[in-house]
Amino acid sequence: MTKSATAVPAAAISLRNTVWITVTLALIAAPHAERLPLWLTGLAAAFCGWRLYIARMRLGLPSRWLMVGIVGAGALAILLQYRTLFGRDAGVALLVLMISLKLMETRTQRDGMVLAFIGYFLVITNFFYSQSIPTALYLLACVWLITATMMGLQYRRPPADTRSQLRTAAVMLVQCVPLMLAFFVLFPRVQGPLWGMPSDAFAGTTGMSDTMSPGTLNKLVYSEDVAFRATFTGGVPPQNRLYWRGPVLMDFDGRTWSTTPRAVRNQIEHDRRASPVRYTVTVEPHNRRWLFALDMPGLIPPRANLTIDQQLLSQTPITSRLRYDMESYLDYSVGAAGNPAPARMLALPRGFNPQTRELGLQLREQHGGDNEAIMSAALNLLREQKFVYTLEPPLLGAHAVDDFLFRTRAGFCEHFASAFVVLMRSAGVPSRVVTGYLGGEYNTLGEYLIVRQSDAHAWAEVWLPNRGWVRVDPTNSVSPARAEGGLAAALPEGAVLPRGLLPATPLFHQLQLTLDSLANAWNQTVLGYNFETQRALLTRAGLDDTSWRNLAIILIAATGVITLLIALITLRSRTGNRDYALEAYRQFCEKAARAGIARRETEGPLDFAKRLAAARPAQASAIDAITQRYVALRYKKYNKNKYLKQLRMHVRQLAL
Amino acid sequence: MTKINDAARQVGRIILGKERQIRLALACLIARGHLLIEDVPGVGKTTLAHALAASLGLAFQRIQFTSDLLPADVLGVAVYSADTAQFKFHPGPIFSQVVLADEVNRATPKAQSALLEAMEEHQVTIEGETRKLPEPFFVIATQNPSRQIGTFPLPESQLDRFLMRIELGYPDATAERALLRGDDRRDLLHQLKPCMQPAELMALQREAQQVHTSEALLDYVQALVNHTRNSAGFSSGLSPRAALALVHAARAWALLDARSHAVPEDVQAVLPGVVSHRLPAPGDGANSGAAARLLAAVAIP
Repeated sequence: MTKSATAVPAAAISLRNTVWITVTLALIAAPHAERLPLWLTGLAAAFCGWRLYIARMRLGLPSRWLMVGIVGAGALAILLQYRTLFGRDAGVALLVLMISLKLMETRTQRDGMVLAFIGYFLVITNFFYSQSIPTALYLLACVWLITATMMGLQYRRPPADTRSQLRTAAVMLVQCVPLMLAFFVLFPRVQGPLWGMPSDAFAGTTGMSDTMSPGTLNKLVYSEDVAFRATFTGGVPPQNRLYWRGPVLMDFDGRTWSTTPRAVRNQIEHDRRASPVRYTVTVEPHNRRWLFALDMPGLIPPRANLTIDQQLLSQTPITSRLRYDMESYLDYSVGAAGNPAPARMLALPRGFNPQTRELGLQLREQHGGDNEAIMSAALNLLREQKFVYTLEPPLLGAHAVDDFLFRTRAGFCEHFASAFVVLMRSAGVPSRVVTGYLGGEYNTLGEYLIVRQSDAHAWAEVWLPNRGWVRVDPTNSVSPARAEGGLAAALPEGAVLPRGLLPATPLFHQLQLTLDSLANAWNQTVLGYNFETQRALLTRAGLDDTSWRNLAIILIAATGVITLLIALITLRSRTGNRDYALEAYRQFCEKAARAGIARRETEGPLDFAKRLAAARPAQASAIDAITQRYVALRYKKYNKNKYLKQLRMHVRQLAL
Repeated sequence: MTKINDAARQVGRIILGKERQIRLALACLIARGHLLIEDVPGVGKTTLAHALAASLGLAFQRIQFTSDLLPADVLGVAVYSADTAQFKFHPGPIFSQVVLADEVNRATPKAQSALLEAMEEHQVTIEGETRKLPEPFFVIATQNPSRQIGTFPLPESQLDRFLMRIELGYPDATAERALLRGDDRRDLLHQLKPCMQPAELMALQREAQQVHTSEALLDYVQALVNHTRNSAGFSSGLSPRAALALVHAARAWALLDARSHAVPEDVQAVLPGVVSHRLPAPGDGANSGAAARLLAAVAIP
């Protein structure tokens, strides 16, 4: 901002506008506070406070050199914190830092304008983290505020008053709605994952992982986050059959189960008896590749594969909400067809869990080579030995399975699944761990099933020579209630329940379900409006060519038409001489007419006021106030802006 | 403002029970218009003119119009003066601030027009010489109802020169009783003290011109005027001059109410006085009904 000697000095930003812009920016950045490092949040807040203090006390702004120093230090701190200056988190941090610093060199109205424009950009950054309805509403309010701030920056003398500022901004936003809709519907969508989303955008998402060690799943249980939602075309199968198949784990190192997905076979390996269950899954982004389907999947969604372990894998990590149609055969039988690669399914690390291995060998000796008999014996063992299902299992030592089976005898589904598979493998029965979700809550309002992270579950699969892979849920033998009634029912009485499982009041629970059904509708229609749905919609509207070019042309045309229409309507209402005073006065007359004292058309306002006041002496002062302002507005040469507001207020408040 | 109201009160003590007519007369004066009072003899027309002039501190002349009145009797005449051996102009009674033209419709049209031209131009031309009339200049003409014998009714074009025409009417019983009981009106007239100076009256006249007439008010005036032009109930409509008269009179009325802006009530108040002599009655006779009909027919926009 170099100023030549002849340049008119730019108008300094007023205290009022400084407060507006500072508060608005702070509100926009507020949701970032929980994600930014504490020092940065504090720093930004301090700058806001400092700027307001300067404006209030009419002090000078800090020197440029100080600012340069802070910029350098701040950028360095961010670099140290995030190890980069790019990507979503570091980028947002940098933006917040820079905006708060820009605030410190905001001298003129023009600077304020620049900040307001950056404010709009700051609004967008919030959508990197959340696109839920509350976020959208909050940011809409922020957009309203920032627009109102700009209105304030437009007016210098006399300063705008808050009500009209907010009002004009609201009117402008409402006028923008048709344009927004046109852009939403017509703006060319990018095929594939969310375009331009920084690569670290999905770090820290809760969800299934491809490893399982004691404690992995019961951490998930505390999360109320939605894993996915499913809409069934027929009826919903009973709870205890809703085994949502996720990562299949087969490698064990003594403590942790892990996997590398095995070969893609893209072959449905079970025979398709009975009729399949048909449903549509909308999975929340989890940044992994697996897709969830009920045991056993009978269909491979587009751009996904089926591994030899009958696990569905997307070709790319799921970084945006994905919707796919599925069908599953609940009464499946894999048969002997799927060769399990027995060696890998029998492997156990050396030197771990000697007692369990001993027990396995014993079982094998007792039952010969009969895998099925070994399996039932093991399940009986679990059932008879009074195992306890708990969310807070005791700590386990190096021989985790031994400790669990022979000492603590208390655990969560992952303990049961893990111990059971280790025992099976010790007895020479090929087996593996399957993780996923069990059950879900049916939302009658939206008629869909919500599966939350707290529904996470682990079970086992055992290879039987004549039947192939068979699902065995050891947790079920210990606590049948888990499969029937969910986690809350399975836990012993008096157990500390996770927050999400606390028995909610029916009303509150209903509210939760209503909100989730709203969120689901929002996800499906607004957020789920992607390349495919756009093309489907436009094709249905009779537009066959949905190329970029075509859409751009239509969008430009639509923008032109909408702008023209809005302009026409606005101009018309302006030239149409809308007399707001008269409108308010007519309301007043209607009120009086309802009270039995109708104004004659030929009766002047003063005469009418006299007559009305005589009939309603208690309201005489209000009637007088209304009449005076109306007469002033309509017949006086000069008027005060507040008269109309006062007139409306008095008319509104008048009770005859 | 208070002074003009003092004047109104003072006149009201002489002409009893006619506050509204007095106010209209004052409004007419402030709007720089001339006033026509039409009524039967003996209701106080002359007294009103007298009282107004005296209260406002204006010079007053009375001309009794008769069927043999000549223009020179009104305007004045140049008489040869033996002393100076020159014609000397002797101004007629028109050279006064308030001129009462009594029973104007008893004179012939020739004499009438002499008066009316002076009213319009505020000057008279006698023997090639133009002479200005004093300011303020205010003619109050009285007229007997035209049905009376020996009248030359004023033509419409000349009636139009009067801003207002009012009827005094008989006093009501209490006012009449007070009148009967009280002192002689003529004595009272002589006791009147001027409430204001002519200069102050002229200032008021200027002020009246500044009274704001908003678009909404002009809408109303035009609606009224248009109604007389388009409705079957009126044989001919009001002229633009009549509309202008209505606006001027309404301004003056608003000023009397101490307002800087005119409201529909002002128009309504002055309308009977302003329009009744400009709306020819379909039949014969008084026309105050037309104004009431007009007011009742046109909604305030």
